[in-house]
Amino acid sequence: MPAIKSLEELKRVREEALQKKKMKAAPGNVQVIVAMGTCGIAAGARDTMKSVLNFIETNSLSGVTVTQTGCIGMCEQEPILQVIFGDQPKVVYGKVNAEVAEQIMKQHVQNGMPVKDYVLPI
Amino acid sequence: MREIALHLMDIAENSAAAEGRNICIEVHEDLQSDLLTASVTDDGRGMDAETAQRVLDPFYTTRTTRKVGLGIPLLKLAAEMSGGGLSLVTEAGKGARVEARFRHSHIDRMPLGDLASTFLALLVSHPKIHWVFIYKGIDKNGNVDNFEFDDTELKNELGDMPITEPEILMFVRGLIEEGIQASALQTTA
Repeated sequence: MPAIKSLEELKRVREEALQKKKMKAAPGNVQVIVAMGTCGIAAGARDTMKSVLNFIETNSLSGVTVTQTGCIGMCEQEPILQVIFGDQPKVVYGKVNAEVAEQIMKQHVQNGMPVKDYVLPI
Repeated sequence: MREIALHLMDIAENSAAAEGRNICIEVHEDLQSDLLTASVTDDGRGMDAETAQRVLDPFYTTRTTRKVGLGIPLLKLAAEMSGGGLSLVTEAGKGARVEARFRHSHIDRMPLGDLASTFLALLVSHPKIHWVFIYKGIDKNGNVDNFEFDDTELKNELGDMPITEPEILMFVRGLIEEGIQASALQTTA
C-alpha cells in the first residue's frame, strides 16, 4: 500500500506548504464551488474540477477552498461553477468546461475580476 | 455518462448526500473470471425497502428541482447491457451498498475511465468524509495487483492544512495517480 511509503515526505511537503501559505495567500478568502449532481457529472463537472485543481497546482495558488454542491436546478447550464471572492456576492457561472474554468481561475479567483461572458443571471 | 468512473462519482455523491461518514469505493477487474465489479458502500441514512425499489426507477428522484433522477437506473442499464447487473443492498438507518457487475470482455461494456480523477475530486470536495478507495486487478495468469488508499493517515498528518494547498494537492494527486497506474491491468485504457 503506497499511502505509507511517503509519510515522511508528506510531513516535509506539509511544512513547505505552511511556509508558503504564510508568504502568499490568495487575496482574502476565495471559495470555488463545483456542482456535482448527476447532471453536472454527466456534463463534465469532473473535468471542470480537474482543471480548477490543476490551476491551483501549477500556479501555486494558496488559500483557495474548493467544494461541491448538488444539482441547483439549472441542469441545462451545467457544468456550473460558483465563485465567492472575499466578501463579494457569489458569482454563478454556466457551461464551464475545462478551458473556461482555467479562465475563471486566472481572472476571477486569482485577480478578483469576474469573467462576464459566462456569468448566469440569477 | 461514458465511464464507469463517472458513475462511481455519481453514486458516491448520493452516499455523501445521505450523510455517509465513511464511504468506500471498490473496483475489481478480474480477467480470469472475465468480470468487472464496481461498488460504493456507505454508512449513511440508507433506505427502506420501498424507497430502495423506487431508486431503480428512472422517474424517481429526491431532487426538488425536477422530476427525474436517472443516476442509478442508467448504471443498471449499462451493467445489464454488458451481461452483468446491479444490486442495491440497504436498510433504513444502516447505510447502502451499490454494486455494478459487468462482463469484462463484453463489447458494450463502458470503459473504466479515469478513476484517479474521480477519487481526487471526491477527496477534495468532501474533506469531512472518511474515504477508502480500493482497486484490485487480476490478470489472465491470476497475478493480483492492489491499490488501496485510506485517507486516515493523510488527514491525521495534514491536521488543519487544507488538501487544496498546491503542494499538498500535487502530493496527493501523485500518490493516487501513481498507485492506480502501477496496479492497473494492461488491458485497461
